[in-house]
Amino acid sequence: MNDNSWIQLALYLIVLFALAWPLGRWLQGVFDGSLAARWRWMAASERALLRLAGCASDEDMPWWRYAGAIVAFNLIGALAVYALQRLQFVLPLNPADMGAVSPDSAFDTAVSFVTNTDWQGYSGESTMSHLTQMAALAVQNFLSAATGIAVAIALIRGLARHSAQGVGNAWLDLLRAALWILLPLSLVFAIFLVSEGVPQDFAAPVIAHTLQGAHAQTIPLGPVASQEAIKLLGTNGGGFFNANSAHPFENPNGLSNFIEMLAIFLIPAALVFAFGRMVGDMRQGIAVLTAMTVLFVGLYAVGVLAQSQPNPLIAKLGVSGANMEGIETRFGTVASMLFAAVTTSASCGAVNAMHDSLMPLAGFVPLFLMQLGEVVFGGVGSGLYGMLLFAVLAVFVAGLMIGRTPEYLGKKIGAFEMKMVAIATLAVPVLVLLGTAIAVIAKPGLAGLSNPGAHGFSEALYAFSSAANNNGSAFAGLSANTPFWNVLLAFAMWYGRFLVIVPVLALAGALARKPRLAESAGTLPTHGPLFVILLIGSVLLFGALNYVPALALGPVAEHFVLFGAH
Amino acid sequence: MDNTLTRALPLTNPALLKSALRDSLRRLLPQAQLRNPVMFTVWIGSALTTLLGIAALRGHSMSAALFTLAVALWLWATVWFANLAEALAEGRGKAQAAALRAARQRIYAKLLQEPHHGASWLPVPSDELRAGTCVLVEAGDTIPADGEVIEGAASVDESAVTGESAPVIRESGGDRSAVTGGTTVLSDWIVVRITAKPGEAFLDRMIAMVEGARRARTPNEIALTILLVALTLVFLIVCVTLLPFSLYSASAADGSAVSVSVLVALLVCLIPTTIGALLSAIGIAGMSRMLRANVIATSGRAVEAAGDVDVLLLDKTGTITLGNRQASAFHPAPGVDERALAEAAQLASLADETPEGRSIVVLAKERYGLRGRDLHDMQFVAFSARTRMSGVDIGERRIRKGAADAIAAFVESAGGALPNAVRAQVEQIARAGGTPLVVAEDARVLGAIELKDIVKGGIAERFAQLRRMGIRTVMITGDNRLTAAAIAAEAGVDDFLAEAKPEDKLALIRRHQAEGHLVAMTGDGANDAPALAQADVAVAMNTGASAAKEAGNMVDLDSNPTKLLEVVEVGKQMLMTRGALTTFSIANDVAKYFAIIPAAFAATYPQLKALNVMRLHSPQSAILSAVIFNALIIVLLIPLALKGVRYRAQPAAQLLRRNLLIYGLGGLIAPFIGIKLIDLLLTALHLA
Repeated sequence: MNDNSWIQLALYLIVLFALAWPLGRWLQGVFDGSLAARWRWMAASERALLRLAGCASDEDMPWWRYAGAIVAFNLIGALAVYALQRLQFVLPLNPADMGAVSPDSAFDTAVSFVTNTDWQGYSGESTMSHLTQMAALAVQNFLSAATGIAVAIALIRGLARHSAQGVGNAWLDLLRAALWILLPLSLVFAIFLVSEGVPQDFAAPVIAHTLQGAHAQTIPLGPVASQEAIKLLGTNGGGFFNANSAHPFENPNGLSNFIEMLAIFLIPAALVFAFGRMVGDMRQGIAVLTAMTVLFVGLYAVGVLAQSQPNPLIAKLGVSGANMEGIETRFGTVASMLFAAVTTSASCGAVNAMHDSLMPLAGFVPLFLMQLGEVVFGGVGSGLYGMLLFAVLAVFVAGLMIGRTPEYLGKKIGAFEMKMVAIATLAVPVLVLLGTAIAVIAKPGLAGLSNPGAHGFSEALYAFSSAANNNGSAFAGLSANTPFWNVLLAFAMWYGRFLVIVPVLALAGALARKPRLAESAGTLPTHGPLFVILLIGSVLLFGALNYVPALALGPVAEHFVLFGAH
Repeated sequence: MDNTLTRALPLTNPALLKSALRDSLRRLLPQAQLRNPVMFTVWIGSALTTLLGIAALRGHSMSAALFTLAVALWLWATVWFANLAEALAEGRGKAQAAALRAARQRIYAKLLQEPHHGASWLPVPSDELRAGTCVLVEAGDTIPADGEVIEGAASVDESAVTGESAPVIRESGGDRSAVTGGTTVLSDWIVVRITAKPGEAFLDRMIAMVEGARRARTPNEIALTILLVALTLVFLIVCVTLLPFSLYSASAADGSAVSVSVLVALLVCLIPTTIGALLSAIGIAGMSRMLRANVIATSGRAVEAAGDVDVLLLDKTGTITLGNRQASAFHPAPGVDERALAEAAQLASLADETPEGRSIVVLAKERYGLRGRDLHDMQFVAFSARTRMSGVDIGERRIRKGAADAIAAFVESAGGALPNAVRAQVEQIARAGGTPLVVAEDARVLGAIELKDIVKGGIAERFAQLRRMGIRTVMITGDNRLTAAAIAAEAGVDDFLAEAKPEDKLALIRRHQAEGHLVAMTGDGANDAPALAQADVAVAMNTGASAAKEAGNMVDLDSNPTKLLEVVEVGKQMLMTRGALTTFSIANDVAKYFAIIPAAFAATYPQLKALNVMRLHSPQSAILSAVIFNALIIVLLIPLALKGVRYRAQPAAQLLRRNLLIYGLGGLIAPFIGIKLIDLLLTALHLA
């Protein structure tokens, strides 16, 4: 770890928190309705849009109605994305004459974008028409992010309210998230990207003749900036181009790289501040944010250290310096590892380096960050509600040690709450492990692995960790655009998303109904350093223990084999 | 009191050990394990490994077969140790209950045909009595079931239940009408209406709660079990999927795959067996500690709630102050010597056996060295409800003490008057929270005696301790606000409710609950019943009305209101023990991974031995050491589970820091040391 790596990290975190703090305030104002109450035009436009959609805005939904609305909304979204891909060849805005996407790939992509995963089995520039990119993928980038925010807000309400029947109105929350948070931020960010040289047009690919002259090069263009903005702000990660944020048209320079990383963490961090505000105790939010930051910094450090080491196989050939395979020279080791840590801490999945080419333990970092459940800042909304599940687990076990039945923020954690937390925290590891197991014994699964041995295993494990945790980044060595991988990963993505969301909403409903207990010296304090340690311990023990054997056979084995042999 | 009845047996008691050993072996049957999903998983793993070991005996490698059988043996030991923990807890609880159950031999009751004394009766076995029927209990009879006296009065020996040898009076009407099944009438007769179905009497409920198989799980225990089952399930998936992972890796790396018996060993080490094995024992031990404090909880839920309580409503009399007021000063009338007043007061109280009367005699002795004197010629006048005075006649002298208005009437009838100075003094005493008594000799008023409530020694420190733990104390009293405030300040309670009527108590509880507090209280009168029913933890006095006992969720056999503090401690201790062992159990997994993972994959990736940070001797000794540690830790923790984690009156943050350090950090480190030691031992003995 040299100065450069610390300076970049410190600068990044300082700017991040400085921006997230006011945004947290804005989020609170939007979702507790105080802004709509202050500005009549805001309430009027909300009402008008909701009336257009035919629903009453003031209805307070019990959790099951809220969950029903969210699931139905996303199902319809998935159908729309599927239909647009299959029919793109007859639809407008298709200058490159893309044909219909294959059924299994369209299915995989539909689920992928609806679940905020943005796993891409296809290559964007050679598969999707401009209309599909904009109306299907970019739209879902907004809606899946809004879904995450709405669910997180519902859980915050569950904790903040007491003796209440409802957790809010799903339609109003979705609308507010898209209209007042995601759209304005994306607009500003997209204009910034255009200023840095990111294309935004409906043009057909440009044919360029290179100096070598033998082959004409096809340079695809399109509405990139608009999609790039929400790709990062919504922690979606689905690139316009196959190379994602390593492509100069998505991420032209060091400044855009820095701002893109900020965009990934901005809303997740702001939501934690909003959580502190909405439960009426900012210390609670700060404790959660501190735990996230400590985990993030620790894993980033491991990644930079591992990636700075020379690869012994290459060093043997007389090449000195850190491993640069798969690293964009524009960004270098540190900015690449920071991006890798950011994109996998958040469930973004955008990449500016090829994770497949990272050193074994550097590749372990993004894998591990995803396996923790995408709770280190995490996805938009999903990071906060995932982390709060771990907070509930932490107080459940440790809370008993002070001689009281466990409670979090004045709410007793009983059997029903525990059941929901158990389902939500266990669904994902089960999907990852079972999926990987099927992939490494089934022939069509093995066919997708491009590397033998431990690295091939890492590719499969990474794919399922990424899918079930709704990250979407890939160890790119995997050839996953086959019916087997598409269907299996779509399954992991869908259940990895909704087997968490539905129990989280049930938890929110159960907590909202409970009375709030008064705080005293006998109450477990859920702020301060001790709780931060407890929360980190809970994330590491409950989140990571499940993956230890699999990690040992993947990146850890690869590391020891690589370094042991030389 | 002497708790000979409910004393806990030491764990080394041979009879207890013998029956626990027998019991624990019997519970190795699979159906006995179904209640505990964690241990049931271990049972299946043990059976599977045993079969694999037997099958391997026919194979080519004898050492592999013996290793598998050794693992199987220790897996069975794990199940057995878990059984032993529960059997020991149960054995102790049962021994405590047995003493009480002895009082409940089959007895015949005199079932009255009509519910009044003198009606004809039939002998009926006590367990066939129904609630609502009436029985006659005469001198020498045992009261057949819990009930209420509806006619007559009798002295009752309740030592079978309370251990207190002095007989108590039970009579119809009022707060002394409740009788307990199993106690004996010593004199006179009573007609008892049975209130409880014999099977539901307190004793039966208590006995049921220390028996593992019949015990209902408490809400927090259910929630914890859900977590443990979830962890078991996910580790099951981890171990099941590890087989294909390993097969793939082995084929890719030209090594050999992990064996099923190693996977079972890994599974058993990972699932939370320590807490899974001890959870039931902890619950039983909690009930049994409550019993040792002579409190019978009607449900485990109540014991748990006791740990959560953060407001205690305490009756002033008996809990905060000694039951009775005591003389603290003499205030002579103008022109009267204080010594003369003291002497007259002492004379008037010589025959007064009430604690107040005795305290006057003592005060006079302490202040003026006045002693008992020649009693001849003295004619004592007892207190009567009509005159509201007591005193003594010595020859012509008529000395009286009593309430101010009664004495005023007395002196006026003799031609005297109550001096204004005395009247003012009386008012001042009352305002300061004391009780004034006036002493007069014939027509002359000598002065006033001040009686004061005496706050129990050490109670203020106890309340300060509770405050540090975040528990508020509220004093309930029928006194006026001034009196109440004076005593509240002296005792150091956080708040008080003066001039309390039963409905005020109920309203106070509701208000606290609405603010998000959990409230505990004690009560004995029938009019306490609504408040008791509303409170989260309600301890009814055993001597109290049966309505109070029905409404409460605990009964204190000693009828000691201070017991509430102990009840809270027992509840907290049970929860702390549960949390500490869960944390310990989960933290253990880290070390077990470091022992087993390098060993399990030694044949696939030999390079992974870099993870063998404990430098364990061989893959086999590493796995066996982890399994042995996992089994032995259960036995080592049985005493802690039964005794409970030591409770300290500290704020939650301090308690958490301390317990997290001991059981969290300790749980991380201890298995590294334990597994290494076992490995060294196995290597030294050439066992692995």
